[in-house]
Amino acid sequence: MFEQVSANNNGELVINVGPQHPATHGVLHLLITLHGETVTKLEPNLGYIHRSIEKMCESLSYRQFIYTTSRMDYLSSHINNHACALGVEKAMQIEIPERAEYIRVLMSELTRLASHQLWWGAMAMDLGALSPFFYAFREREVINDIMEETCGARLTMNYFVPGGVMYDIHPNFVKRVKDFIVLFKSKIAEYDELVTGNVIFQNRMKNIGIISKEDAISYGCTGPTARGSGVSCDVRKNYPYSIYKNVQFDEVLEYGCDAFSRYQVRIKEMYQSVRIIEQLIDQIPEGEFQAKTKAVIKLPKGEFYTRVETARGELGVYIVSEGGTTPYRIKFRSPGFSNLSALEHMVKGHKIGDLVAIMGVLDLVIPDIDR
Amino acid sequence: MISLENISASIHQLLSANLSQTAVILIEMSIIALLAITLFALLGLILVFMERKVSAWIQIRLGPNRVGPKGIFQTTADTIKLALKEGFVPDGADKFLYKLAPFVVMIIAMMLLAPIAFAKNFAMWDLNIGVFFITAISSVSVIGILMAGWASNNQYSLLGAMRSGAQIISYEISAGMAILTIIVLTGSLQISEIVNSQSNGWWLFKGHIPAVIAFVIYIIAVTAETNRAPFDMAEAESELTGGFHTEYSGMRFALFFLAEYINIFIVCAVGATLFLGGWMPFHIGAWEGFNHIMDFIPSSVWFLGKTFFLIFVIMWFRWTFPRLRIDQLLNLEWKYLLPISLFNLLFMTLIAIKGWHF
Repeated sequence: MFEQVSANNNGELVINVGPQHPATHGVLHLLITLHGETVTKLEPNLGYIHRSIEKMCESLSYRQFIYTTSRMDYLSSHINNHACALGVEKAMQIEIPERAEYIRVLMSELTRLASHQLWWGAMAMDLGALSPFFYAFREREVINDIMEETCGARLTMNYFVPGGVMYDIHPNFVKRVKDFIVLFKSKIAEYDELVTGNVIFQNRMKNIGIISKEDAISYGCTGPTARGSGVSCDVRKNYPYSIYKNVQFDEVLEYGCDAFSRYQVRIKEMYQSVRIIEQLIDQIPEGEFQAKTKAVIKLPKGEFYTRVETARGELGVYIVSEGGTTPYRIKFRSPGFSNLSALEHMVKGHKIGDLVAIMGVLDLVIPDIDR
Repeated sequence: MISLENISASIHQLLSANLSQTAVILIEMSIIALLAITLFALLGLILVFMERKVSAWIQIRLGPNRVGPKGIFQTTADTIKLALKEGFVPDGADKFLYKLAPFVVMIIAMMLLAPIAFAKNFAMWDLNIGVFFITAISSVSVIGILMAGWASNNQYSLLGAMRSGAQIISYEISAGMAILTIIVLTGSLQISEIVNSQSNGWWLFKGHIPAVIAFVIYIIAVTAETNRAPFDMAEAESELTGGFHTEYSGMRFALFFLAEYINIFIVCAVGATLFLGGWMPFHIGAWEGFNHIMDFIPSSVWFLGKTFFLIFVIMWFRWTFPRLRIDQLLNLEWKYLLPISLFNLLFMTLIAIKGWHF
């Protein structure tokens, strides 16, 4: 535990940021040392929302353990479910129906859009602009409604199962997604106008939180955090899963290495997600939405690793099976944890206001970090 | 025609006819004190409600709509709630200063109401250095904030208070320079004379470009001075959780909150007085009919209309812009606003000496 100290011998101020703090978006505890307004040391302290999901998974069957992953990175629950379903399918060598693959990718990209929208609103709020949050939620609500209609849930979806998806899509799904894409394309321009082009915003974002390409790799950063430093790490591109190898999209790379580059990566990724959805929405093939699987899934003895690209970066699922109905050991490699580890490197020497901006752009989801 | 001027004059006559001079002064003073407190509370309620509705309008929400028609009593309900809450004092706080700070901030806000001309010939105290009085007194409010931040025994509060100190002292200069540009034109510090000098047109229009620059600088500087976003460094809820009032609760917090809104009202009232003609109606050169109609609108409506327009602009800022960083904030003042306003003042002096203004 930490000793409660207010000032150390160098006249520096030690402050507990969190676990209850508006900018940590959850129960992250940062112990920062301040010299005036400048952060000289930063120590993340985790564990406030640790639910031992990995341990729980060891006593859950291969159908059940997927549901716990919706509670990890709750903003990209579809994509987390996807990673686990892929792991089981890979081990069992189940062929997935084409229709299920299309639905999965569509859902994943919608999730990515929803997640990035929430990030955009929350990040702007961290910087002191409160209104973008409401604009972001206005469009996110539409995605949530689409999800609710098909999956019956708005946050913890639990829709992907080994072998496909749980239900067929709702009859309105295609039409509503198309309507949403039309709506969203007009609104994302508004986002750019309101926040990206703002002089105050650009001054706040540029040249802060610099992490070079080498450092980003050595800290294990993934997702937009690494791509903002020019690291090509999009799992959808480099290790394509599902039907990502058949769709046209660009891996967004920015070379500024600062917070603004990471911001731009996320904004441009939204355009790419829209592009993927547009390609697939009219092509959903007819057929089964779920492959026939045995009622009780038993994985063969061995070790299986799958990875997917969530909205925050690379999510790895490592399953060790002894051949039984439950996994022997499961390890999740969550993107947020590695990205958080680079926070001190990014923040050192910057002002306390920059800390908030850098954290906002990292898009930390604390349950993903703690699991 | 019934106006505030006539009402006050008739009350004065009524009292002087029946009572001795000392009694008249005593009664009038207590009436004014009562009115000032009422105005203070009323302005707070109206402005908080306005802020909520403006923010709701900008943020595609409805805003308060349950308590009373259109939610107009929401602020009253909140005030009652805050009044009933425990006024918490943290351990290790400097109790005396901690309790004193909200009152310092509030008393200063109330004093600032004194020289403002709310309508034609209607001000509590039309002293001959009115504008100077306002600039002098308003800079004292930083002491209240520093007091609150220091006495709370909280690092966030301390940081917020230090930021606030640096910020208010810096922006005071620009606001002062912007005010001076108009003083140079009018040659008087008395509010009634400043307003009267605009009877043939507002200084914003008469003073050429320097007046417009001064107006813009004034609005930026006072937004910073009243700790409003995008310059709400002292509060910065996403960075410092609540800044100097993190530890305050109950009525003490409400007083800080009220004082903030009263300060906004005052700076906007001063802005309206200096640049937009105070209670002077809007006239266009030789359009007799138009000018006559404009004269028919009561002067208090003109004054409040202009003030509330400026308040709306400041609220609009808050709900649109992200916050600046502390060093950028100080850079903006010392590297841009201050030099610009200095040259602006020189230029305006030249205009005033040469008589180039209208």
